[in-house]
Amino acid sequence: MLRFLARRVALTIPVLLGVATLVFSLIHLIPGDPAQAMLGESASPEDVAELRSRLGLDRPLLEQYGTFLRDAIRGDLGRSLRTSQPVTSAILERMPATIELAAAAMLVALGFAIPLGIAAAVWRGTSLDHAATTVSLLGISIPNFWLGPLLAIVFSIELGWLPVSGRGTWANLVLPAVSLGAALAAILARMTRATLLEELREPYVIAARARGASRVRAVVRHAFRNSLIPVITLIGLQFGAVLTGAVITETIFSWPGIGRLLIQSIGFRDYPLVQGCILLIAVTYVAMNLVTDLLYGLVDPRIRYE
Amino acid sequence: MMSRIGAAIVFITVLAALIGPSLAPFDPSAQLLAQRLDGPSEMHWFGLDELGRDIFARVLAGARISLLVGVVVVSISSTVGTLLGSIAGYFGGRIDEAISRVIDILLAFPGLLLAIALVAVLGPSLANVVLALSLIGWVGYARLVRGQVLRAREFEFVQAARALGATTPRILAQHIIPTALPAVTVQATLGMGGAILAEAALSFLGLGVQPPTPSWGTMLNGGRTHLLDAPHLTIFPGLAIAALVLGFNFLGDGLRDALDPVTRQKRFLSDGTKI
Repeated sequence: MLRFLARRVALTIPVLLGVATLVFSLIHLIPGDPAQAMLGESASPEDVAELRSRLGLDRPLLEQYGTFLRDAIRGDLGRSLRTSQPVTSAILERMPATIELAAAAMLVALGFAIPLGIAAAVWRGTSLDHAATTVSLLGISIPNFWLGPLLAIVFSIELGWLPVSGRGTWANLVLPAVSLGAALAAILARMTRATLLEELREPYVIAARARGASRVRAVVRHAFRNSLIPVITLIGLQFGAVLTGAVITETIFSWPGIGRLLIQSIGFRDYPLVQGCILLIAVTYVAMNLVTDLLYGLVDPRIRYE
Repeated sequence: MMSRIGAAIVFITVLAALIGPSLAPFDPSAQLLAQRLDGPSEMHWFGLDELGRDIFARVLAGARISLLVGVVVVSISSTVGTLLGSIAGYFGGRIDEAISRVIDILLAFPGLLLAIALVAVLGPSLANVVLALSLIGWVGYARLVRGQVLRAREFEFVQAARALGATTPRILAQHIIPTALPAVTVQATLGMGGAILAEAALSFLGLGVQPPTPSWGTMLNGGRTHLLDAPHLTIFPGLAIAALVLGFNFLGDGLRDALDPVTRQKRFLSDGTKI
């Protein structure tokens, strides 16, 4: 198990280096002078030169890259151009809100997807199964930047049950979490149905039924547990979609997370903050994939002995 | 059945995009400020937006943008991805390692994040959206084709072609890549829906198509500030996006079932009768 763990962690390091390199090169993709682009056309040459020096853009590229990597490892991602606040602390302030939203969205997705997927598999071919499939496809096709405003129209404006924006109580969390979790729920429901159907055909399930186990017991105690393995992998892989979706959902509902910070910093051309947000989200995603791989190895012994 | 519904939705949208704007009774840019934010009526089926522009005409015009982005992004992504994936899979070794590492790094960025970052630095425009989506889109095709080619290069007919003196480009083009085409076709169909959603998302965030060009995402963004007094600004563009993406998803699912030999086999009884 330790060897499996070490190997997975070792494979992640070059990926993290590649991610950091790509994020570093973003600022150099800006057409023209990056410092001029950040300050705007009306900025004086002296201000542009000062910013170029402050960001290290007047140094050789390799030196800039080395400094960027060294500082990133230390947790120093520079300072916001607009507020002069360290990028790291600006992001850390917003992180709890994004984690709260992502966790709530995952809970919504699992709470909806697992029962729906099980029901669709157990009653395969019935109108319930067809309805579940259609609902799943709708969930995948309806963008969260449409679902969010629609939910706001119905539950906030028409019915007045829930607030439309901000963060504070659990009520503020409901609409953003449902909006963000819907697509994930649809994907998970489809996967749960497909994997459970495969398990239900396995001889051990038929044997359990032959030994007198009820249908419910055969499904829940035997088939469902084994069908969870690919579902766990999918949850890990879809976490990235949740993170990206959070960028849009936080914008719609004015949720004070990293996603909203990213969009605001793009609008202000605050590129150190843009770089910091992109790097943090990407590193979080890589870490989540690593955790998923390790969980997979833990749950399925065949994986760690390969 | 579902795939036929999907095909019908896609066909109607393509038709609407091609001839709709010329048949629409109103210019998508014409402003009737006195009637701004008016709801659906007999004259304006989808109502008017915040500048008094006919939403139905703008939805039709937006269909062109969405389909154009989808076609261009999928064409570039699938071509580049198929090429790089087949080179990686066929040659193996260091070439495969290098391409696979690039794929791993690009896949380390979740969903649209890298596209958001690229458009943020390059500047918001339709061209940059297409560029950004193509730069991240090829990765999925490359991984898919690489897997297919790894399998196909061991087939006997490929070895026979090699023994007969066929050049590597000929083997790739005439023997190996065609085996991956069914999977690429399914991926491309589903990818159309993905590209359309991605463009709409970027435009919604203000990073894609810029006003006054009608894009469904930009229209949805404009509707956000009028949820209370004019919800129709949000409903109709969103419905268009959902319907078209659903259509491509149905079509892609149907193609996958039709081209997957296991599913095809299940549709026949043991005596060969088709179910």
